[in-house]
Amino acid sequence: MVRAALAGVGLACVAGPLGCFVVWRRMAYFGDATAHAAILGVALSLAFSVSIFLGVLVMALVMASATSMLSGRLYAMDTLLGVAAHAALALGLVAVSFLSGVRVDLMAYLFGDILAVGLGDLAMIWLGATAALILLCWRWTSLLTVTLNADLAAARGINARWEQQVLIVALALVVAVAIKVVGALLITAMLIIPAAAVRPFARTPEAMAVFAAGAGVFSALAGLGVSFRLDTPTGPTMVACAAVVFVVANLAFMGRRGA
Amino acid sequence: MSLISAEGIGVQYGARRVLQHMNFSIDVGEVVTIVGPNGAGKSVFLRVLIGAEQPSEGRVNRTHGLAIGYVPQRLSIGQTMPMNVARFLALSGSQNASQNQAMLARVGIPDRAKEQMASLSGGEFQRVLLAHALLGEPQVLILDEPTQGLDQPAVAAFYRLIEEVRDERGCAILMVSHDLNVVMRRSDRVICLNGHICCEGTPSDVSLAPEYQALFGVDNEDALALYHHEHDHTHDTVAVP
Repeated sequence: MVRAALAGVGLACVAGPLGCFVVWRRMAYFGDATAHAAILGVALSLAFSVSIFLGVLVMALVMASATSMLSGRLYAMDTLLGVAAHAALALGLVAVSFLSGVRVDLMAYLFGDILAVGLGDLAMIWLGATAALILLCWRWTSLLTVTLNADLAAARGINARWEQQVLIVALALVVAVAIKVVGALLITAMLIIPAAAVRPFARTPEAMAVFAAGAGVFSALAGLGVSFRLDTPTGPTMVACAAVVFVVANLAFMGRRGA
Repeated sequence: MSLISAEGIGVQYGARRVLQHMNFSIDVGEVVTIVGPNGAGKSVFLRVLIGAEQPSEGRVNRTHGLAIGYVPQRLSIGQTMPMNVARFLALSGSQNASQNQAMLARVGIPDRAKEQMASLSGGEFQRVLLAHALLGEPQVLILDEPTQGLDQPAVAAFYRLIEEVRDERGCAILMVSHDLNVVMRRSDRVICLNGHICCEGTPSDVSLAPEYQALFGVDNEDALALYHHEHDHTHDTVAVP
């Protein structure tokens, strides 16, 4: 239980700030494509018996890099990403079915299995989360400037492509970390919902990032508590708690505005 | 010494040639203005100079570590990112809050520091962009139609401020402008652009060039008149014909 709580908190701390960029840059579908590629990563790591963390990380990186390079003229970005996201998920599921020799608990990878997190997993989660967080802090000002306006960034000598790569690496790390906690299907939710929930209360990007981490941590702990009491699946319960935070936050904001 | 120079720049989008055979350089303390009709490639040229766009041919040289202050033609800050004016100014690299506040006062909006960028009016937004560009201690200021959305007195104040900055810091200024009367008074050099450089030189030379007159009409000899008589009346209230 303590391990599960620590895993959830570790993920939420980095998912909040990274989720802000996903929200600001309208990368929700991009997050989905990367997260769904994780299932393919799971299948490949099982087939070649390498660490799941590594397999997912590599697959997420490949997927994120490939989709970010496809700047289409014939298709809008969301169409391309829609193709990529669902193709990756379908391919992953097909690939897993080929692994007849091993018994694969598919549900655990789709929806997470936080209660089964071991000490080794916990170490990986915190290492990955810390690495992603350090990356974000290091590039923070440049990332903000690029997100605001690419030309303004170029004038300051910031390379937009390089900063995009930084975000991709951070995203891949978070996906690899999160698959054990909330599963491939709900990773984007942990990125977007806390960040979106706190938007009305933030006046600067930094405030939004910190609030989002806070909302994420709260959702993770609350979800863990509720799932323990009601015996519900933990990952989805965490996301449901985040959704409740989102609704309450927006109602509170509307109430304050109306007053 | 030339801060930015361009040799044989060409930009092509598919089959469409936007710019060709552009040679350009700007020196310390120089004020250069680019004029030209819509779709002449003015903004594209500026974007090539700051490195936001790679030219299809030719090359751009910037002195090493050149600090560029850039005011884009259009910048939309969506509601999705919370960003107040004070935080935006700090993104320029200037972390000194009192200095940032002083700059805000200098561009004429001292009381807007806590406002969200998305809630500013068009004119206020332009001023914040200028303050942001100046706080980066630029060696060259690149302004793409910086006075759009400003009213007449604000336009006058804007150009006065730009001139002060040039005198104080000796930074070069390159701008795209449609304020022909101001251009003709305040620029050291005018470039008339329409896909390529039609003509180029001092304001008085350019306004007499047939290429310029073909684009802007002979009417703008009035602008030249203003240039010659700038001390016997105020221009800021004179409407451009």
